[in-house]
Amino acid sequence: MNSTIQNIYFRSDQAKAYTLLSPALILVIFAMAAPMIVMIFTSFNTQISMIEIDRTFTTGRYEDFFSKPIFSMLLFRSVKISFFVTLLTLVTTYPLAYYIAFYVKKNKMLWIVLMTLPFWTSYLLRVFSWRVILGNKGVINSALMGTGMIDEPLGFLLYNQAAVIITLSHAWAAFAILPLYVSLDKIDKSLLEASYDLGNTKFETFWRVTFPLSLPGVIGAILIIFIPTVGDYVTPQLVGGTDGRMLSNMIQSLFGRANNFPLGAASAVLMLTTVCLIAALVTYITKKVSMRMS
Amino acid sequence: MYNKNNTLFIYCVFYFAFLYIPVLLLPIFSFNDSFHMVFPLKGFTFDWYIQMWNKSRLHQALFNSIKVGIIASVVSTFIALFAAKAFTRYKVKFHGLSYGAILLPFIIPEIIIAVALIVIWTSMGLKLGLIPVTISHILFCTPFCMLILISRMEGFDKSLEEASMDLGENSFWTFWRVTFPLLLPGIIASLLLAFVISFDEFILAFFLSSSDQTLPIYMWSQLRFPKKFPHILALGAIIIIVTSLIVMTAYWLRNLGQGKKKDFSIGI
Repeated sequence: MNSTIQNIYFRSDQAKAYTLLSPALILVIFAMAAPMIVMIFTSFNTQISMIEIDRTFTTGRYEDFFSKPIFSMLLFRSVKISFFVTLLTLVTTYPLAYYIAFYVKKNKMLWIVLMTLPFWTSYLLRVFSWRVILGNKGVINSALMGTGMIDEPLGFLLYNQAAVIITLSHAWAAFAILPLYVSLDKIDKSLLEASYDLGNTKFETFWRVTFPLSLPGVIGAILIIFIPTVGDYVTPQLVGGTDGRMLSNMIQSLFGRANNFPLGAASAVLMLTTVCLIAALVTYITKKVSMRMS
Repeated sequence: MYNKNNTLFIYCVFYFAFLYIPVLLLPIFSFNDSFHMVFPLKGFTFDWYIQMWNKSRLHQALFNSIKVGIIASVVSTFIALFAAKAFTRYKVKFHGLSYGAILLPFIIPEIIIAVALIVIWTSMGLKLGLIPVTISHILFCTPFCMLILISRMEGFDKSLEEASMDLGENSFWTFWRVTFPLLLPGIIASLLLAFVISFDEFILAFFLSSSDQTLPIYMWSQLRFPKKFPHILALGAIIIIVTSLIVMTAYWLRNLGQGKKKDFSIGI
């Protein structure tokens, strides 16, 4: 009896595969899926004292979220900031990935390593560094005042949305460079030669051949930057000021000083929903576009 | 056709400066004899490094971070090793679904995982601390480790394993004597990179650590006080140098014995 079961097991690749996968799947189920379900349930509860939560079902927290304009405003701003971060990062790193893929002949690996190395050094310190660069007594202002170009420090550099966008774009650069480089490097060079032979200019070749073929990398970069940055906490907290506050900062205070777990959970659920919808939309649109382009 | 492009090259040099200047500022100011990070530099000093040596809370935080980092990297590498083996050796049914589910923690905003874990942990009446932090780090590191190991596994010759089986080794000994040694550089790279990720991770630890500070939380708590700040710079400088060395070792190991494999999708 036992040996037949063993036989079936050893013959079935699916059983083997899923035995190997089980630790990872158990981890995801217990450390992510289950907590998320509890988070969704909690978002329908009410905080009644510092430590007590009333577990009766209510949609009150979602009503709170939408009746206080600050919440929707922060959610919208988070999405807006992430959108600009993604755009800025893509536009600034594309030429770089392009250069490494097409012009660098030797030591490509070294280039990639150098471009991604800063990403591994402490995120917190990198963000903090931007505060030092942009601040009133910061590097830019002290340099400009030292050379006599300005008398008063430029106050508009720090504590606004632009500072958040620049800092995040710096922090997430590696996540754009890698997928862009991988997709550009895969492009068959003979396709480009064919395009030139057919009389296309450099620009036409780029627009009609290179760019469409690099779209998988572009989509990868969009998703991998846009989704996590919507929920960024450190950067708006350190360089955003009141103008640059994002929904995460509100969520954090709901779990801290404001002590309203259900409302915090509802905000997180709405953030997740928004992110999923936008990610689905991006994937759908790019699929349509790439179909039309080819 | 593609020989030179000076405009692009100059752009790359500028972008390179943009990437590195913020990182290099901290080590520079860590030797500056002033509480303020302002140019021009005041004078050279080792004071902040000496001050750092005498902070007992920093030592505790460092110890906590190392503890969490080691456990998280070992456990997630183990879990990832099995998963990577399943994805590279078998045609898994519902491949996309399981693959996506395992990668998900790496993509969705960390703050959402942090919120979900703090809610479930407190509703079970458990105390926050290093245990939920470690669990969340394992969850966050596993996708990374899996991607590293998958690319390593795809890189080596399957016929070596088949030969071992043909010669009469069972699957355990084949794994131990053939697969494992071939994978070892990838496994060490995965351990090192997962450790670095856990060591640097802020937001999950910020929500879940309570009073057991990890190093990033300790640094965060000191940022507000200008007088205490310089020793964080000294600490930061050391962290930057050590993590860079670890990461370069990991990169080197990942490509060891891979020959001229074109695809270096460094963890992404």
